[in-house]
Amino acid sequence: MTPPLRPPSKKDPQKRTKPPLRPPEARSRAALGLTAAAAEGRFALQVCEECATVQYPPRDACKACLSTDLVWRDQSSSGTLLAETTVRTSTKLYFRERMPWRMGSVRLDVGPVILCHLHGDCRRDDKVTILNRLDAAGQGVLLAVPAERTDNMDDDPQLRALSADPKHRRILITDLRNPNTPALAGALLDAGAATVFLGESESWRPHANRSTLAELENVEILPLDVTDTASVEKLAGEIGGKTDILINNARFMRPGGALDRGDTAFAREEMDVNYLGPMRLAQAFGPGMCSRTGDGVNSAAAWVNILSVHALSNAPEYGCFTASNAAAYSLSQSLRGEFRTSGLRVMNVFTGPTDDDWYQELPPPKVAPNALARAVVAGLKQGLEDVWCGDVANEIRERWRRDPKVLERELTQGVEGA
Amino acid sequence: MGKRLGYEGIAVTAPFSTPYQRYSIETAHWWIARALRGSLRAAGLKPADLDGLSVSSFTLFPDTAVGLTQHLGLVPRWLDHIPMGGASGVVALRRAARAVQAGDADFVACVAGDTNHIDSFRNMLSSFSRFAQDASYPYGYGGPNANFALMTDRYMQEFGATREDFGRICVAQRENALKNPNAVMKKQLTLEQYLSARPIADPIALFDCVMPCAGSECFLVMSVEEATRRNLPFATIGSTIERHNAHAEDPIQLRGGWTLDIDELYEMADCTPDDIDLLQTYDDYPVISMMQMEDLGFCDKGSGPEFVRTRNLTVTGDFPHNTSGGQLSAGQAGAAGGFIGLVEALRQVQGVAGGTQVKDASKALVSGFGMINYDRGVCTSAAILKSGVSA
Repeated sequence: MTPPLRPPSKKDPQKRTKPPLRPPEARSRAALGLTAAAAEGRFALQVCEECATVQYPPRDACKACLSTDLVWRDQSSSGTLLAETTVRTSTKLYFRERMPWRMGSVRLDVGPVILCHLHGDCRRDDKVTILNRLDAAGQGVLLAVPAERTDNMDDDPQLRALSADPKHRRILITDLRNPNTPALAGALLDAGAATVFLGESESWRPHANRSTLAELENVEILPLDVTDTASVEKLAGEIGGKTDILINNARFMRPGGALDRGDTAFAREEMDVNYLGPMRLAQAFGPGMCSRTGDGVNSAAAWVNILSVHALSNAPEYGCFTASNAAAYSLSQSLRGEFRTSGLRVMNVFTGPTDDDWYQELPPPKVAPNALARAVVAGLKQGLEDVWCGDVANEIRERWRRDPKVLERELTQGVEGA
Repeated sequence: MGKRLGYEGIAVTAPFSTPYQRYSIETAHWWIARALRGSLRAAGLKPADLDGLSVSSFTLFPDTAVGLTQHLGLVPRWLDHIPMGGASGVVALRRAARAVQAGDADFVACVAGDTNHIDSFRNMLSSFSRFAQDASYPYGYGGPNANFALMTDRYMQEFGATREDFGRICVAQRENALKNPNAVMKKQLTLEQYLSARPIADPIALFDCVMPCAGSECFLVMSVEEATRRNLPFATIGSTIERHNAHAEDPIQLRGGWTLDIDELYEMADCTPDDIDLLQTYDDYPVISMMQMEDLGFCDKGSGPEFVRTRNLTVTGDFPHNTSGGQLSAGQAGAAGGFIGLVEALRQVQGVAGGTQVKDASKALVSGFGMINYDRGVCTSAAILKSGVSA
């Protein structure tokens, strides 16, 4: 049985902070298929299109028929633990800091034998379920967990290392005013977050969220304006060293494309909040978070962006707003590269139209704040990079994967009979 | 499959082992040169006489056998580089023998050597194979310790082996090593010490693991006429086998590729396991030695534990095994670990093994096992050597 994870004791500044180390990062190009699936929390393996043989480890030609037509497909994640070991010495510093480390050999029901990380509750000859998760190097790795849930299962240190679980962590949500903030804060506290910091801009302007949230235990409201570099730096000076997860939900939006607007005033604000906002936050909070990714139970773990799914392909009804989201999406990819050596995760939550004032003109389905909050917490627990929240986001993702040009043409259809 | 040609007329001679060192500031080139010179001197040959060269090494990078020819000033007309780790000794032997039989070369030196700098082992692991990089090392980075731990764990489950059984192999080898002045391990090992050693990757503990070190091994292959003309003691080759990626369908490795070819091995050498005077297995971990005793026909599959309980594996025992101490006690000098048993077996059947000499040794079986490419060793090999002319 997994012992419950205790809240960390107060940090002793005299003691060494574990540095941001990573497990091995090098992979062949074929093996990155596993990483791509892990980014979305899927377990996929290569399958031969000609003879249907399931393959592992990832390779470039079928081991049964030599066909080079191998595709990644989601697979049953069930298997049997053949052998187990507890590694007590390693030449890799990441593992040395975390010894002992359990690993095992699992025969998958779909055929191949895999070597994998091993949850503490798995025993030899047990039926196990394989999770495909991103590790601290940002690579997809396999972990065997018990087929049936066990007590405190998520507290297993090896499983937790493959997540950004909010439990016992301190989380900054950047915009108290966003309609989704109460749901986000509530879901994170329910998931065991130690503290939720809420950034509030222009505190003299009244708004409904303040009264609901100011009452809550373990919630602190702090001044933050993501368009003001001094404000961002000031807050980072205060709480940057204890921000374990940063969720940027600051958003400025108005409807319309370029011709709907007489000037660039709204577009400037959109870029200032939606694109330069996360950049200011990254510059102020990024270095501190990156230095604390090895820092025990409440190590820095993740950076979360909430983006319109139309960052992938523009929706002209909100053309200028989605352009700023495309910029933010591109920035998030840059941040992934910049944070990579530290192991700090960047999770993008792509959402369709949310159920709030500025999307009132669109018909349903829309994403309710609670649904978004659930998706954020689930994504953090699974250590995802890409979360698709709601029916619209999932549909756009599918269409974008099938053919980006077809999707673009359909989204920019124009009005019949004009 | 047609009947293979025998190895008539081929002599294997001039075995040379450069004394191993735990760490060395020298390079693989240096170690290989030392062993090569040792064998050439033993045979009274000059470097210019050599027209065939076979090289095995992990730490030559960025060089290969090609770079070595220029580095060492050799002009071979037959050149081989064998990247098969623990299986490389026997593979070098069988290829060199065919080259000499066919007249492609007259004097082939088979040499293996590696250095061991402070960081060599870690560096070798990090670039060992693509499957290991993608699918093995990210999982705790235990290296071969973890792979053999899993095999040992399953083997113990399947066949009821205990740690004591594996300990018997290690303790006997240490006793042999104490008779070999070049062995890295110099102190006696008791079964109690073996059992109470620091755990490395359960169920494997410290004395189940080879110690990486620097060293080199070499021998020469030539015609019986040449060996006779030079008054060299030599061994002859009864038979050899080699196999790669056998039993890929087995979910975990409990047997090796030897099982596919073992009947032919004995048939070609015209003998049975009972005729073998000593066995040299590849022994980076005791579980694989136990599997070789089974797969090479000395006992049935699964009865390895019982076999080692009832036999004495020391030089003076009823089943001499890894007579120089093997890698477990003499050290694992990289690819030379694939030669250590073969070179020792050559000394044994030539009667020049000194302190580790097995009385009246005339037939030796040497087997190789190499390259944990992902979850198991891919290469296996074996050879039966016979006394040709003893010293």
